[in-house]
Amino acid sequence: MTTTVQTSLELAPVERPPTGLAADIRAARIVCHRELLRWLKDRRRLAAGLVQPLLWLFVLGTGLSRVVSVGSENVSFRTFLFPGVLATSVMFTAVFSGVSVVWDREFGFLREMLVAPIRRTSIMAGKCVGGAIVATAQAVIILALAGLADVPYSPVLMIELLAVLFLASLSITAFGLLLGARVANIQSVMPVIQTVITPMMFLSGALYPTSGLPVWLAFATKINPVTYAVNPMRHVVFSHLDLTPAAARVLDPGLTWNGWPVPFALQLVILAGLGLLVFAIAVKRFSKTD
Amino acid sequence: MATDRPPAIRVQDLQKRFGDVEAVRGVDFEVHAGETFGFLGPNGAGKSTTINMLCTLLRPTGGRAEVAGFDVVTQRDDVRREIGLVFQDMTLDTYLSAAQNLRFHGQLYGVPSARLETRMRQVLELVGLWDRRDKDVSTFSGGMKRRLEIARGLLHSPRVLFLDEPTVGLDPQTRASIWEYLNELRHAEDLTIFLTTHYMDEAENCDRIAIMDAGQIVALDTPQALKAAIGTDRIRLETDDEAAAAAAIKRQFGLEASSVAGALELHVPDGERFVPRLLADLGVAVRSVSVTRPTLDDVFMTFTGRTIRDAEANPGSEIPAMFRGRR
Repeated sequence: MTTTVQTSLELAPVERPPTGLAADIRAARIVCHRELLRWLKDRRRLAAGLVQPLLWLFVLGTGLSRVVSVGSENVSFRTFLFPGVLATSVMFTAVFSGVSVVWDREFGFLREMLVAPIRRTSIMAGKCVGGAIVATAQAVIILALAGLADVPYSPVLMIELLAVLFLASLSITAFGLLLGARVANIQSVMPVIQTVITPMMFLSGALYPTSGLPVWLAFATKINPVTYAVNPMRHVVFSHLDLTPAAARVLDPGLTWNGWPVPFALQLVILAGLGLLVFAIAVKRFSKTD
Repeated sequence: MATDRPPAIRVQDLQKRFGDVEAVRGVDFEVHAGETFGFLGPNGAGKSTTINMLCTLLRPTGGRAEVAGFDVVTQRDDVRREIGLVFQDMTLDTYLSAAQNLRFHGQLYGVPSARLETRMRQVLELVGLWDRRDKDVSTFSGGMKRRLEIARGLLHSPRVLFLDEPTVGLDPQTRASIWEYLNELRHAEDLTIFLTTHYMDEAENCDRIAIMDAGQIVALDTPQALKAAIGTDRIRLETDDEAAAAAAIKRQFGLEASSVAGALELHVPDGERFVPRLLADLGVAVRSVSVTRPTLDDVFMTFTGRTIRDAEANPGSEIPAMFRGRR
């Protein structure tokens, strides 16, 4: 081996890769690719990401449908729950994708990325987009079960849902990154997720209609960022169902600020804006070198 | 070693202060292109801080440093492209295969995809891991992981390879094999190696050594010159009559001999030439005699007041927590 290697080794002049935005995007793509590779290799994570939503949907949804009146003649509780479960699934997968930066740090790989001739923003953007793709892909599997929750397989509905899911995934992964920047070690990850993410899920209206809530709960729902992910998803699903106006008012009341109905587009803008904001803070925290 | 080429590393009055603590207090040195440069010192001496500045991971608070001709502050990415890094702590993604780890690295460093696969094969063959390229890193032993990291550090054809304690935590056999690969590498590639170590035998492999203590360089030379500079060989003499022998040594040569653990010890500049004269003129029966050259440990002791081994304690303590990994 020695001799052949010695003759074949030479200094390969490294061509300078493109600089500026093109280089940043290229680097982000490489980091993103690694996220996907890891996900594809990790079957357990894939399976674990499906168990919880299926429990929500078919165990909780079926069990509660006996006692919960959703105020309507032709809508099952499972149907109501479906967009909420999608949002919940995306939320947990995306947060974990973002928080995985703690593992990267603990096991050293973060350092490999931080010493490369690329910008920190690229690393974070790559992790963010990669995490969002993973979360959306997991949700697609649940989306495939729409029929079991009496949600129609309308192509338009699916495309709209996917778009909202991906946007939500991006923002929530960014939030996960920010959590990851603040969490000191792996041991603290679970408690943080329990105390931060679980309340956000419960206060988002993912699991119950937000109409007719007591004032304090309605307020908590409105200031919860996750609401701005759940509500658009529910709206997309319900706009494709054949509902009486009365049922729609109860199940898909929409969001109001002091009586003003917040437009669908504005909800998405808020979701994207919050995502950008937490991303910027996360990048800032990771850029502190000295 | 070519000295006509520009230096691989040039450090001028480099300083780093963390709040009130002066970790590095104005350090000057040059590393020649193509040499293997050992960087020794007790923990807390400022070694890791200095390396982190050279690797652009820390910003100096004073002075300047150039690596491969680029300034570590103003030309950060150029420096990064020209250096390979192997840290004390593992920085591999154990979920991925060896090849996937290398490919990731090559792409991040902008190695053109046309050469990447060839180059991957070269470096993997160099460290003897080509056959294992598609195995997950989680199945690798500590020595294999370290070899893979060395291969990765070389992938983008750096001009300077930084090895921070490349063999720490490895068993003696694995250490030896890593050094075999490193020695092969020094001859195969036109490469400057900058390494830290707590192993004296590894320091002996270096062309030149710098010893750092309390934020300053306290010695810098070839291992031979450093050993010669602290001077004297140690002669250990077992005799039938120690007192008579000590008296004779004092009378004949004017030297003080001390009794250490059942033998006489004395220090002279050139022990091997002194022994024949000693035996001829002593007049006391000698049972055994040995001559010990100064070791790098003696050198280290002279300059830092500690042995190299004593200096080895919780490695990595100077790295900001954010970058620290674990094995």
